[in-house]
Amino acid sequence: MHNSTFFVAAVAVAAAVFGISTYIGNDYIYFAGYVVLQYIVLATAWNILGGYCGYVNFGSAAFFALGAYSAVFVHKFYPLPIPALIVIGGIVSGIIGFGMGYLTLRLRGVFFAIATLAFAVVLQTLIINWDYVGGSRGAYIIRPSDFPGLGSYIEYLYLIMLALAVIAVTTARVIERSRLGYGFAAIRDDELAAEAAGVPTLRLKLLATSISGALMGMAGAPFPYYIGYVEPASTFGLAYAVNSIAMPMIGGTTTWIGPLIGAILLGTLQQIATVTISSVVNLLLVGVLLVAFVIIAPNGIVGLVQERLRARGK
Amino acid sequence: MSISYDLWINAVIAGMLLGGFYAAVTSGISISFGILDIVNIAHPAFIILGSYIAYIVNTRLGYDPILTSIVVLPAFYVLGAAVYQVYYVSFEKRGQEALRGLAFFFGLLFITEVALILVFGVDYRYVEAPYIGPSLHLGIADFPLRMLIPCLFSLAMFSALQIFLSRTFMGRAIMAVAQDQEALRLMAIDPVRIKRVAFGISIATASMAGAFLIIIQPVEPSIGREYIGRVFAICVLGGMGSLPGTLIAAMLLGIVESFTSTFYGPSWAPAVAFGFLLLTLAFRPSGILGR
Repeated sequence: MHNSTFFVAAVAVAAAVFGISTYIGNDYIYFAGYVVLQYIVLATAWNILGGYCGYVNFGSAAFFALGAYSAVFVHKFYPLPIPALIVIGGIVSGIIGFGMGYLTLRLRGVFFAIATLAFAVVLQTLIINWDYVGGSRGAYIIRPSDFPGLGSYIEYLYLIMLALAVIAVTTARVIERSRLGYGFAAIRDDELAAEAAGVPTLRLKLLATSISGALMGMAGAPFPYYIGYVEPASTFGLAYAVNSIAMPMIGGTTTWIGPLIGAILLGTLQQIATVTISSVVNLLLVGVLLVAFVIIAPNGIVGLVQERLRARGK
Repeated sequence: MSISYDLWINAVIAGMLLGGFYAAVTSGISISFGILDIVNIAHPAFIILGSYIAYIVNTRLGYDPILTSIVVLPAFYVLGAAVYQVYYVSFEKRGQEALRGLAFFFGLLFITEVALILVFGVDYRYVEAPYIGPSLHLGIADFPLRMLIPCLFSLAMFSALQIFLSRTFMGRAIMAVAQDQEALRLMAIDPVRIKRVAFGISIATASMAGAFLIIIQPVEPSIGREYIGRVFAICVLGGMGSLPGTLIAAMLLGIVESFTSTFYGPSWAPAVAFGFLLLTLAFRPSGILGR
C-alpha cells in the first residue's frame, strides 16, 4: 500500500471511530477513549526508537511530562489553542531527546537506557522546584466546558488525540518502509556491520530519538486540559513509562501495527480493570504481562500470528 | 566565619558517611553490571524489598534490622540465582539481552514496586533501633549514629567482597568470567554457574543495603527509583566493576550531594547524581579507575 493511500485509510478509520463515538454520545467514551488513543501515540513513538533501532527508552514519562509542562508554561504566559501547544510540546521534547541522545548514544545502548531512567527523576526534581508551573503543589488548568461547533470540550480533545494517533501511526509506517527504516533495522540487527556498510548510525539514532521524543511530547501537550490539574507525581507516573514499553513488546516491535494492537488491547483492558478492580492492580497486570511476553513470546502478538501463518503455509 | 567552617566540616562528614552507604548500595550493581555485564535496573527494587523485610521483622519481632538482613542473606542469594537462571535461559542464551533483557528487568522493578504498594501502601515506613537518634560528638564534628553504623557495616561488607573477589578461587573465577568466557570453558569451569553465583551474591548485597537504607531514612515503595540514577552513576564513574573505584566514586557523590543539600536544599540532591552520570558518560566513560 502506498503511503498516501495508507494515510487516507487511517483517516477513514479514525473518522469511522469518531462517528461511532459521537453516535454513542456518552462523555465517558471520550474520557476513556482519549487515554487509549494517548497510549497509541506513546507506544508508537517508543517503538520508533525501541522497536526499529533497538534502543530502550525508559523515560517516556519524562518526555510526556515535558509536553504537558510546556503546555502549562505557555498557558500561564499566554493561552494558545491546543494544536499550537502540541507543536510547541513536540519541539521541546524533540530537542531534549536530541540532547540526551547526543550525550549518550555514542556509547553502548545500555547507557542511553540508564540515562533516560535517571533523566525522568531529574526532570521531576526540576519541576518540583519550579514554582512558575506549580512546583510540587501542581497547577490548575480550567477546561472550557464546550468547544464551539463540536459540543463538549472533551469531545474536542478526543478528536485531537485521534488526529495525533493517525499522525503517529502514519509516521511510523512511512519510516518503516523508507531508506530511514532500513537504516534503523540495520542498526538494530548489527550496529557495527551497519556502520561498516556506510550507514550513518549516529545521525540515524539521533533522528530516531528526536522523532520519538517529539511524538511523546505531542501526546503530553493536551494532557493538562484533559486532566485539569497537573502535578509532578502523576504526570511523571511510572505507568506511562511501563505502558509505552509493554504495549509494543506485547503487540510486536518490528512493525507499526504491533504497538497499535498492544495499545488498544492493554489500554482497553486497563480502562476496564481500573473501573472494575483497582488502578494499582491493573498496573501489576501490565508488569506481569510484560515479563510474561518477553520470556514466552519475544516477538509479541504479531510474532505469534506470523508463526501460525507460516505453520499453516507449510 | 566559624559557623560556616562548622558547616563545611559537617557537610564533608555527612557526605562521607552517605558515601559509605552508597558504596554498599552500588556494590551489587558493580558485580552484576560492571563485571557480568547484566544491566540489572531492578537492583534498587531488591534493595527496597530488603528494607521491607527488615521493617516487618523489626516491627513484629523487634529484631535489629542489620542482624535481620544478615540472616536473610542466603534467601536473597537464592532469589538472585533464580533470577539469573530465568534471565540466562530466556535472553542471554538467545542473544536477546539488549532489548528484551532490559524490558524484563524493568518489568521486575515495576512488579516489585506495585506489589509492595498493594501490600504496604505508599506510607513511609521506618524501623526502631537504639542507634537511631543519638550522635557522637568529636569537637565540632557530628557523627549521627544513624549514619555511622550503616556506613561502618557497609565498609565491612565492601572489604569482605573485595577480599572474596581478589583472594578466593570463586572470586577470581568471577573476575575471569568478565574477561574471557571461552578461556574459562577451556579450564573446565562452567561460566554460567560462575555467573549464577556472582549474580546471587550481587542480589544478596541488596538485603544488607536495604537494611542500611531503612535505618538512614524512612522508606516507601517508589523510593528505589531515585537510586537507579545514583547507583549507575557511581558504577560508571568508578570504572565498571572495579570495587575500589566504586568506593571512591561513592564517597565523591556522597560529598557532592551532601554539599548540595546543605547549601541549596535537599530537594535538589537527586539531580546531582544525574549530572554526575551525564558528565561521566560524556567526558570519561571509562571512569576514574577504568579497567
